[in-house]
Amino acid sequence: MDTIMGDPLDFTASCPIPIQQYPRIQLAHGGGGKLMHQLVERMFLKAFGDQSEEMRHDSAVLNMPAGRMAFTTDSYVVRPLLFPGGDIGAMSVFGTVNDLAMSGARPLHLSAGFILEEGLPMETLWKIVCSMRAAADRCGVRIVTGDTKVVDKGKGDGMFINTSGIGVIEHSLNISPASVRVGDAILVNGDLGRHGMAIMSVREGLGFEGTLESDSAPVAAPVLELLAAGVEIHCLRDLTRGGLASALNEIAQAANLRLLLQEKLIPVRADVHAACEVLGLDPLLVACEGRFVAFVPPQDAPRALSILNRGQSGGSAVCIGEVRGEIPPLVALQTVLGPSRILDMPSGEQLPRIC
Amino acid sequence: MKYLDEYRDADAARQYAQEIARVTTQPWSIMEVCGGQTHSILKFGIDQLLPDCVNLIHGPGCPVCVTPLELIDQALEIAARPNVIFCSFGDMLRVPGSTADLLSIKAGGGDVRIVYSPLDAVRIAGENPVSEVVFFGVGFETTAPATAMAAYQASRKGLKNFSILVSHVLVPPAMEAILASPHCRVQGFLAAGHVCAVMGCAEYEPIVARHRVPIVVTGFEPLDILQGVLMCIAQLEQGRAEVENQYSRAVRPAGNQPAQDLIREVFTVVPRKWRGVGEIPQSGLGLSSAYAAFDAAKKFGLTDRVVLEPAECLSGLVLQGHIKPPECPAFGKRCTPEHPLGATMVSSEGACAAYYRYRVLTK
Repeated sequence: MDTIMGDPLDFTASCPIPIQQYPRIQLAHGGGGKLMHQLVERMFLKAFGDQSEEMRHDSAVLNMPAGRMAFTTDSYVVRPLLFPGGDIGAMSVFGTVNDLAMSGARPLHLSAGFILEEGLPMETLWKIVCSMRAAADRCGVRIVTGDTKVVDKGKGDGMFINTSGIGVIEHSLNISPASVRVGDAILVNGDLGRHGMAIMSVREGLGFEGTLESDSAPVAAPVLELLAAGVEIHCLRDLTRGGLASALNEIAQAANLRLLLQEKLIPVRADVHAACEVLGLDPLLVACEGRFVAFVPPQDAPRALSILNRGQSGGSAVCIGEVRGEIPPLVALQTVLGPSRILDMPSGEQLPRIC
Repeated sequence: MKYLDEYRDADAARQYAQEIARVTTQPWSIMEVCGGQTHSILKFGIDQLLPDCVNLIHGPGCPVCVTPLELIDQALEIAARPNVIFCSFGDMLRVPGSTADLLSIKAGGGDVRIVYSPLDAVRIAGENPVSEVVFFGVGFETTAPATAMAAYQASRKGLKNFSILVSHVLVPPAMEAILASPHCRVQGFLAAGHVCAVMGCAEYEPIVARHRVPIVVTGFEPLDILQGVLMCIAQLEQGRAEVENQYSRAVRPAGNQPAQDLIREVFTVVPRKWRGVGEIPQSGLGLSSAYAAFDAAKKFGLTDRVVLEPAECLSGLVLQGHIKPPECPAFGKRCTPEHPLGATMVSSEGACAAYYRYRVLTK
């Protein structure tokens, strides 16, 4: 694996903050004094920095390539912090990298803002910071600036992370809902709903047999491969909160076009499907963290799918529907039985049914 | 997926629909009792597969929807108190009381927790001995055994800080009430399979005998519902009125005896008000005298108050099958899942929510 942040980090090394002294985060770790300095130096700089002076300034100074840039920010709140298939740290890197990728940008630099809750085990923070570094290496990005605050016990869910990212756009397409055309194929890069159900199964202690693992993963590389292969991408959207239904409704509204999906083509793994059935949830509304939809001209769809399926782990890319011209703009779903209905945006968080 | 995909097979569904069309010689109106069945029907478009002369009427089998407004208000009042941990099934949290819902109480600082089983609430009570833990016991005969088990275990453990706000209701008296209405259009029922898995089929025999209506105990998957409709229409066309069991893979004629014993141990049958419908005699379960110490309404000194529903909400007519949701003037306009006038628009088993969420394409 390439290492672009100086020396490779030994992820097996134990937490660099002396545990005997500070097994848990204290308010003073965000107070601007020696403890905060120690936290930054020994943990964040060790993990993210290249030990140069640049990380110690109030801002990072970067050399940027010419041309269009993409810039995005996202905040990450998840309980538990470590979950099957991922953790808040990797998620905060992948999520922002994925947001950049949805413009077809090559992600370059990230910032990381930490809000830590007093009492957070230092070992947990170290695990998460190491995971962020590994995630950044995997995506080929650098974490170049950051911030730490500590809030009182009970005022934060262990930790919150905000990451912002910038990336360079090396293509000339306008990847946005405005570019969506009638006849476009709607592709999805893998099975849906796994992240949301993985989180729910551990958070609520539902005790499903087997382990559902989050689909948390970076998607910049496959998007860049599509662009490099000359696939005329019209629109991309990553499927996070609200799942497929929310993302597609947003695009249908913005593009002022109707989307028609075939329910039988939408990939949902049997274990995710079963967990959703038990709880009365719709997998099409459940969050993903490594999935996106791509709108491409129908003639480009087979090539795009073969690229997305190349060396992919955890699911297979498929075409789930097409863009239609009818109004009003909405998402229509042909059910497995044949009739069609609307696939609406969820009105709030899905709540488990009674019986 | 095993035991799921088989019951969603498009070819088999088409064959059932063709068979229904073949045997149907005149218009029939059939009520599916359970809101879970209503949602399956709308979600998969099962109604669109049926001949026009077969009319599916949606029944009152949504526990969230029929929980009376007064009781929701009592729940809100208890949940807002300091030192109370209020435990509820998730589906109750968005249901509008007269001024708020449980989600807003939670946002205002109330300790409202979603549980998946009433036994989780018993565990929380054990872990939080200085808090009062209240479980909102909602549902039909399906969830009543689990609530009963919670009361039974709390009693065995001698928990003093656990109580239940009970709103359990019974299906057969509601079916009787629907049939007794002068506006009744129902000619046959699809009974709720999971209710019968607990209670068995025998309690429907007197209804069949009294009202001469076919009752088919039916499951929740598309092929279950289509087969249930076919069995019901076959009875109607042949002039038969019997209790039949479509859902035999889950329902035994005698039901689940231990669950029934537990219900009888903990509960006693009481009159109950149904939201939008009114009081139905002998249609609810209340805690028996042996378990009266776990009655949250008594423990918190709550009194019955009469609260008026918004006049604009026609959910009572929907629940009784007199109208379908789109016939309500407020449907989708002044009443949406984001701004509901009644519970039928927010519950995952509510008919209005089903029609709104799974709107059919008009063109």
